[in-house]
Amino acid sequence: MSAREAILATLRANRPAGAHPLPEVPLFTPLVGPDLVAEFGERLKRMGGRVADADGGDPFGPVRERLQGARVVASAVPEYAGNRDLASVMQPGDLADVDVAIVRAVFGIAETGSVLFTERQLVVNAVAYLAQHLVVLLDPADILPNVQAAYLRPEFGQSAYAVLHTGPSATADIEGVLIHGAQGVRSLTVLLVPRP
Amino acid sequence: MRVGLFVPCYVDAFEPEVGIATLELLERFGLDVSYPFDQTCCGQPMTNTGCHAEAAATEALFVKNFTGFDYVVAPSGSCVHQVREHLTAIPQTPEVKAVRERTFELVEFLHDVLKVEAFPWASFPHRVAYHANCNALRGIGHARPSEIQKPFFSKPLDILRKVEGIEIVDLARPDECCGFGGTFSVFEPAVSAKMGYDKVADQSRAGAAYVVSADSSCLMHQKGCAERLGMPLKFIHIAQVLNGAAA
Amino acid sequence: MSSASDELRPRGAEERLVNPEVAKAGDESERGQDGGRLAHAEGASRPLSAEPAARREREPQPRGAKIRGDRPIDQAEAAERFLAAPLHQKAHDERLWDLRKKRDAAAHGIPEWEELRELASQIKAHTLSNLDTYLEQFEAAAKANGVHVHWAADGAEHNRIVHAIMRDHGARTLIKSKSMLTEECGFRHYMAGVGIEIIETDLGERIQQLDAEEPSHIVVPAVHKTRLDVAEVFARTLGTDPDNDDVHYLAESQRETTRPHILSADAGMTGCNFAVAETGSVVTCTNEGNADLSGNVPKLQIHSIGIEKLIPRIEYLGVFIRLLSRSALGSPITQYTSHFRGPRAGTEMHMVLVDNGRSARLGMEEFWTSLKCIRCAACMNTCPVYRRSGGLSYGATYAGPIGLIIDPTYNKRKYSTLPFSSTMNGSCTNVCPVKINIHEQIFAWRKVLAEEHYIPALKQGMMKAAGAVLARPAAYRAAIGAADSALKVLPRFAVYNPLNTWGKKREMPEAPRETFHAWYKRERLKKTGQDA
Repeated sequence: MSAREAILATLRANRPAGAHPLPEVPLFTPLVGPDLVAEFGERLKRMGGRVADADGGDPFGPVRERLQGARVVASAVPEYAGNRDLASVMQPGDLADVDVAIVRAVFGIAETGSVLFTERQLVVNAVAYLAQHLVVLLDPADILPNVQAAYLRPEFGQSAYAVLHTGPSATADIEGVLIHGAQGVRSLTVLLVPRP
Repeated sequence: MRVGLFVPCYVDAFEPEVGIATLELLERFGLDVSYPFDQTCCGQPMTNTGCHAEAAATEALFVKNFTGFDYVVAPSGSCVHQVREHLTAIPQTPEVKAVRERTFELVEFLHDVLKVEAFPWASFPHRVAYHANCNALRGIGHARPSEIQKPFFSKPLDILRKVEGIEIVDLARPDECCGFGGTFSVFEPAVSAKMGYDKVADQSRAGAAYVVSADSSCLMHQKGCAERLGMPLKFIHIAQVLNGAAA
Repeated sequence: MSSASDELRPRGAEERLVNPEVAKAGDESERGQDGGRLAHAEGASRPLSAEPAARREREPQPRGAKIRGDRPIDQAEAAERFLAAPLHQKAHDERLWDLRKKRDAAAHGIPEWEELRELASQIKAHTLSNLDTYLEQFEAAAKANGVHVHWAADGAEHNRIVHAIMRDHGARTLIKSKSMLTEECGFRHYMAGVGIEIIETDLGERIQQLDAEEPSHIVVPAVHKTRLDVAEVFARTLGTDPDNDDVHYLAESQRETTRPHILSADAGMTGCNFAVAETGSVVTCTNEGNADLSGNVPKLQIHSIGIEKLIPRIEYLGVFIRLLSRSALGSPITQYTSHFRGPRAGTEMHMVLVDNGRSARLGMEEFWTSLKCIRCAACMNTCPVYRRSGGLSYGATYAGPIGLIIDPTYNKRKYSTLPFSSTMNGSCTNVCPVKINIHEQIFAWRKVLAEEHYIPALKQGMMKAAGAVLARPAAYRAAIGAADSALKVLPRFAVYNPLNTWGKKREMPEAPRETFHAWYKRERLKKTGQDA
């Protein structure tokens, strides 16, 4: 008997007694107030990320300095032209020298300050981890109230890869001291930019 | 109301004053309290060690001693938890079930059954750290444990606050186990003692002069730890405070 | 402002950043833009009592339980050695207690917290009692997504399967994120034996790998080490400056030395927090983003999945994700919540479904609900025994309360002692996000082990003697009747131990003038004429 058949047979033989129906999960009242943009921003800050308001006409104003100081910028958004074309990357590892990556989020979650990406937004998934810094464009109209609402969205069942980022890569594995940029990006900045 | 008084074995042997205070306190409320003379133990030392077969005869004796009372009251959350939840080494006859259901720990008996409003004879003008025995707290529901998201309540604190002059101090780790754990205290002595040291240090830092608990077993362990560390804490059972001990 | 913001607000009056010993000027990671202290991911909510670098002699790191084949683990012995290193023990206790407090703050900020726990528990119970059909559904969905699905009856088969996949691709190096399942399987040791290089990419796990030690905690694997221990390990293995114990320097050194391995690895592996039957997705929750590097950089991608990780549908992640990181670390979500469903263009994705004792455990009436565990480690953080003994004292893959109830299912003799390393205080049960009755299962294991004679004969003999005395009032009275003999019988019903382990660290209780029984007889019976 194959391992598969053996495992399934044992599971059937050992089925626990009693009825264990799936519970009805109620839609809980979101724990955030009506101003989703403000709630999102506050929570993202506590998770080590930043929300930068576009001042004036330049949506990239808040990160202009960072972009100007960067040697390699990989942009996956039409709003900004970087100098590394993601569509022509052969190996993910080729993105090891990216200083700043710019991507658009599918949506944000106010409860946690998270943003969602799939392989469509990232073009090369690894760019969101190999880059030193991540700049995220988020349409304020795309902010959902809570995690529960997020998991009712179709992207999780349709994408090969879907990922919620909540702030930058972080660790505190040594003495509880918080470090940003454990393995992935050292910072995550969200720019509230409506979709074109 | 006929009440059977259960005096746990270690109270009998080491803290007879706790048994006396419990008896006198119950009698202050006009109850007919009997002390079945052939009582020994609830069986907990054996069942907590996994030895249920070895506990069966002791459990049968407990039931024999306490059958027929309206209530069985004991000054120990730990023993009452054993009787209610774990007295299962003998067949569960209606008689056994009745005894298990009617067994109450002193604080809950005062709080839930007698609904005592005042202890006019009691005064305890001291700073007190209350120690919650884990079985009393999480096993029989003396209070809301700190882990649970529910409105706070505490039967022992409700009761203690009716005693004149008492001041309850706040602990940094209010319901952390003190490390007694029954046979754990002797089979894992290093961790047990360290937990006890940390507990009495917490009580001491909180400015307590007295530690009050509904369980003598924890107090016996903590007292041993405090004395070893040279801390001037004093330990007293809640029955003694409620019965008007002058301290 | 809503109540949920409380869990995110900086707590405590102490607004210092890291411990002054390890503080770094201008560091942004500890303090948010509003000046409040950040404590997300695994970050401590206040500076901890770190080992002072100025000490003339470093306190050596205590090591774990001595493993001697199948002989029962002496957890008490290892715990005593851990306690003999007070700086380590104090830092360990404070660090994990801080996580417990952060967990409380997060849980208490959510009105429906207890309802979420109940829902999670019921969803898991349902899935486990229909695990055969959900696994088949998962397999079909994964295959439809272009994933290669494998089944492993035990750890050895898992290792062989992964080895074969690697061999088929000519792959020699593998980067991986943290996975308790692969620890169970002895995966690193096996792969070392067949010449495949494994690189752990979680910082804590990497530290433990470099020190040739098992993880001591399932979320913060190196929590038992101080930064001085880490500096020593990194100096020895990565060539860092042995005198530099700055945490930022150490973490950055690890990042810089691991990155080349990530870029060049032939294969990447992750564990699995949740596997979704409906979509065939593997969900991982990390703070470092290392699972995403493992899954998104190499051409070959492998996910190892314990079969109990299944949940029926994506929407239930709305329950579990809300519980997991709040229970583990007190943060509302991990930095990364990643859903791997299908391979990237031009790459291969493999999923290995591993049993390793789980299907057998499902048949254990009193213990099957332990399969609900989502590995948050809240039970470890709250456990007063764990915090004072260190995870390595348990000598098993799973330490702490959850370990006590699942380790004996792997090896009853070797782990027969573990269910006794507990005071059964019940805090573990109350923090468990899937409501496993952990302390009741510890109690139940003791019964099983005693009945099957896995407890020491001396212990069982004492219990038999105690039971015999306590069942016979005359014998009991004879034993404690005389006041001055109370101390002599202390071993019989309070100490049960001829070695007097009580008195080594605690003062003995004073023997009273007379027992309650004697008092009652003297004071009450003579009045009523009742006779004993």
